[in-house]
Amino acid sequence: MKRTVFAYPYVVWMLIFILAPMLMIAYYAFTSDGAFTLANLAGALTNEMYMQVLLRSVWIALKATVVCLLLGYPIAYLLSKMKRSTASLLSVLFIVPMWMNFLLRTYAWQVLLSPSGILNNLLKAVGLPAQQFLYTESAVMLGTVYNFLPFMILPIYTVLSKMDQSQIEAAHDLGANGPTTFFKVVLPLSMPGVISGITMVFIPAITTFAISRLLGGGKFMLYGDLIENQFITLGMDAWGSGSALSFILLVLVLISMAVMRRAEREAGEEGGGKLW
Amino acid sequence: MSKHLIDLIDIRKSYGTEDALKRINLYIRDGEFLTLLGPSGCGKTTLLRLIAGFTMPTEGRVLIDGKDVSAIPPYKRRVNTVFQKYALFPHLNVYDNVAFGLKIQKLPKDEIDRRVNEMLELVNLKGYGKRWIEQLSGGQQQRVAIARALVNRPQVLLLDEPLGALDLKLRKGMQIELKRMQQHLGITFVFVTHDQEEALTMSDTVVVMNEGVIQQIGTPTDIYNEPKNVFVAKFIGESNILPGTMKRDLLVNFHGMDFTCVDKGFAPNEPVDVVIRPEDIDLVAPDAGMLRGVVKSVLFMGVHYEFRVECGDVMLTVHSTDYVEPGCEVGVVILPDAIHIMHKSDAPDAAEPLPQEDLPEDAPELLPEE
Repeated sequence: MKRTVFAYPYVVWMLIFILAPMLMIAYYAFTSDGAFTLANLAGALTNEMYMQVLLRSVWIALKATVVCLLLGYPIAYLLSKMKRSTASLLSVLFIVPMWMNFLLRTYAWQVLLSPSGILNNLLKAVGLPAQQFLYTESAVMLGTVYNFLPFMILPIYTVLSKMDQSQIEAAHDLGANGPTTFFKVVLPLSMPGVISGITMVFIPAITTFAISRLLGGGKFMLYGDLIENQFITLGMDAWGSGSALSFILLVLVLISMAVMRRAEREAGEEGGGKLW
Repeated sequence: MSKHLIDLIDIRKSYGTEDALKRINLYIRDGEFLTLLGPSGCGKTTLLRLIAGFTMPTEGRVLIDGKDVSAIPPYKRRVNTVFQKYALFPHLNVYDNVAFGLKIQKLPKDEIDRRVNEMLELVNLKGYGKRWIEQLSGGQQQRVAIARALVNRPQVLLLDEPLGALDLKLRKGMQIELKRMQQHLGITFVFVTHDQEEALTMSDTVVVMNEGVIQQIGTPTDIYNEPKNVFVAKFIGESNILPGTMKRDLLVNFHGMDFTCVDKGFAPNEPVDVVIRPEDIDLVAPDAGMLRGVVKSVLFMGVHYEFRVECGDVMLTVHSTDYVEPGCEVGVVILPDAIHIMHKSDAPDAAEPLPQEDLPEDAPELLPEE
């Protein structure tokens, strides 16, 4: 018996739950009453509100990715410098929230940030006026960064902790002090991890929904929310436009993945080892 | 050659409760090729890392050019290292690897260019500048590592078992080349190896180490011909070591017989270890020898045969180019200059070249693989 037999259940799973829905999206996106049409796609692309939402999604996802990178790299770097036992304990702390449901985590922030929440109570306790935290763009950013930060830390941490220490010693040996060694050796060699981290944060961030509804109060609708809206609220009539929106997002994700893949290949050629 | 370039004074280095180095005293002269030789775990790499500045001594001082460098980080020391696995930068090409140190010194571009090309030529890698590290063979990577270190014109070049990953032929070639470069540039080389042959071939001075202690310091011929203790005798080359008694100057008794030797300065009737190198023993006709023995086994070693000869209750290893059938009775000749006398390792007045601790009773028998 060939070993490939064991892959069949997986193939069936992929056909039913990945390929079939995608074909359905394509079908609904390009048909109206069973006839081929580009009207859905054209509608999605020309609707000014939809395009605004798309731009906002890309913008927030980009900002969240940058913030995750700026926060995540130093955390990953510090983790990689620690004793292995301490580092694994701390990285568990980063992962544990991931075991909780995504919506629950986000609801928790809603409570923390609300006008009568812990944060505002703290402000009152020190005699400062209450602030509007909830339902701001910053709250949406916070939720996005909070949810996706571990996906930035872990790949960078993996690359950094696997890095050959003798290369760092070699840099010191050749006259490079701490900062020079970091920028000339450590950072370039950790690029594969950085690129993986960017991919793993940017793509979920651009497709996310619920965060903006729960923490943005619907004022900062993202593309994911828009798609959800089409299917849930508007019902059968909007399946065509909802599918067209999904299709646009899918293409966007594919393009960004191709860009990342290319960047990863370039970083990989320069060494540092592949992560995945 | 006489100036001390590096002085290691009363160095102790411990990792937790383990002492990796115990009371090391060593000086390295300007322009010499010094080898730290010993089995793995003997502390030789730790010693090298102390000179490079990657680790700090627990006790004691490291002087370079007479100045205490214990508190000076590696990037401020005029010392460069060739790492065991080369540690080349995979994200840079050959040229940029070699230019790394010079660019950090912010030298003018044309000078960097000149020196890098000069160095690539010296290591026979002219025209390889644009290649990536992973496109090079092990031997070529080795040369890049050497060029990357030497281009900075260090006072001392440290080499941490740099030839370990190369095959025998390449290794022999590199030994000669390294020696040539060292003589050509006049830079002090400190070379770490566990390969005794390599150490004897290349060095001006060999430092034999075991268990964090220097066992002997000397020229290759000294180390080979006059081992100071059982460990050195066993680690360097092959030897027959027999217990004996020094009757008086120039006369030693072992195997129940008196032998004339060339050693003196021992206490009357001092118990000693007698070292006889296998190639210093001659096999002759049974009646013509000092001892009688029976050849128990013969191994063909290429250049010579290795015989195991049983003389009463001792088994002697003998190297000879003349073949003798196993089972033959032979005479064994041991001439005075074939006999080397060592103080017993546990003797209190053992005349050691440097302060060092006594060897444990059962010094590990670590013979080199090759």
